[in-house]
Amino acid sequence: MSADPGAARRRDLSLLLAVLLALLGVALTIIYFMALQAGAAPRLADLAYARLPGTGVQNPVTAVLLNYRAYDTLMELAVLLAALLGIWSLGPAAPGFQRSGAVLAGMVSWIVPLLIVTGGYLLWVGGYAPGGAFQAGALLGAAGVIVRLAGDPRAGLPAEAAQRWLLVLGVLVFTLVGLGLMVFGAGFLTYPPKLAKWLILAIEMAATVAIAVALAAAYVGGRPPGPEARPTAADEDAEPQPPASSPRPPVPGR
Amino acid sequence: MSQSTLLIVFDGVLLVTLLALAAAAVLSPEPRRAVMLFIAFGLWLALIWARLQAPDVALAEAAIGAGLGGALMLAAARRAARSAASPDRERQP
Amino acid sequence: MLTAQFLYGGAGLALFVLGLWSFLVHEPLLRKIIALNITGAGVFHVLIAIAYRGDAAPPDPVPHALVLTGIVVAVSATALALMLGARLQDAEDEDRSR
Repeated sequence: MSADPGAARRRDLSLLLAVLLALLGVALTIIYFMALQAGAAPRLADLAYARLPGTGVQNPVTAVLLNYRAYDTLMELAVLLAALLGIWSLGPAAPGFQRSGAVLAGMVSWIVPLLIVTGGYLLWVGGYAPGGAFQAGALLGAAGVIVRLAGDPRAGLPAEAAQRWLLVLGVLVFTLVGLGLMVFGAGFLTYPPKLAKWLILAIEMAATVAIAVALAAAYVGGRPPGPEARPTAADEDAEPQPPASSPRPPVPGR
Repeated sequence: MSQSTLLIVFDGVLLVTLLALAAAAVLSPEPRRAVMLFIAFGLWLALIWARLQAPDVALAEAAIGAGLGGALMLAAARRAARSAASPDRERQP
Repeated sequence: MLTAQFLYGGAGLALFVLGLWSFLVHEPLLRKIIALNITGAGVFHVLIAIAYRGDAAPPDPVPHALVLTGIVVAVSATALALMLGARLQDAEDEDRSR
């Protein structure tokens, strides 16, 4: 669409930007080098390791995520929720893919249980080894993506009303634990060392479910398609999955 | 060659490949190809982070950044390709 | 100072600049989003390089946790941006077919 002078101008601009950004990169590298040369300033790492025994977990990263900086993680779950609300507000999801053939369906029936077991393992092992709620949630979300690719329009998730509850579960449990601790005299999300392990585990389980549902729902990419066009109050206790033989839902093409 | 020199050579190979993958992903005009290269970039990044003793982050990057992010982008690339192929045909799943 | 720390951090800065350039220069939305993700990956890479303290000492867990949080936020932002782009494309297609 661009005429010849326009294209030339664009090329010049791109070159100019490249030069400017290269200069920026050189400047940043020099600053980084000087910062490293300045030697080791006191770091949070030593404090983090020193306090580890009282956190209820042995994996320092999990300790930072769910104990020292639990606010960060709570806000992050809120960001994830907000992003999904944004996606849902854009309208209904595109209709799903056609139902998979026997080979893919067979593979899915192997892989999805495997992903669920691995997700549970990662969640538990996150207390003392690499793993945790994010990794577990990502694996479960990936299972949802695979199920959607194999033809389930809702990625194996329940109907919209139930999905909402699952989505807010992470923020809800996190906030309730924090408020409960406040009521009992500790600060917001300041765990007493005796209870820390179980509180963190409860939060992590809720966060895993919320992250998994949010990621899978983001892949669906819109308000979840249901058997009926509009969800009703009857969906409150709806079945977890649409029947396998049901035809693709009549979502109107946009 | 001492061991530390070997390690630096190893680091160099890792980093040159990483930057090459990133440049290829950024410079590729074809959407699907760019996304594939981006997924490869994310997985390579996870490998490097595992070498830098960050296994937690490496796991998360491989699963979330490369895996789910890549799946989302692939879906978008597919939409873009279909829209470019037939701009005014009724969209079919 | 560790050579590895400098090498990896420098590569992170290079990724940051590369992504920023591509974000400014390339027009299609998908390419912009890939470029932004590479910019973010550069930032994460610098943080991980700072956290690395040699093979003998344990790494600093605080930047690791920050990066872990950042990865999830980045992917949720990517998802939202892609859906917005799809919606925009739909609207353009409708206009064109009218």
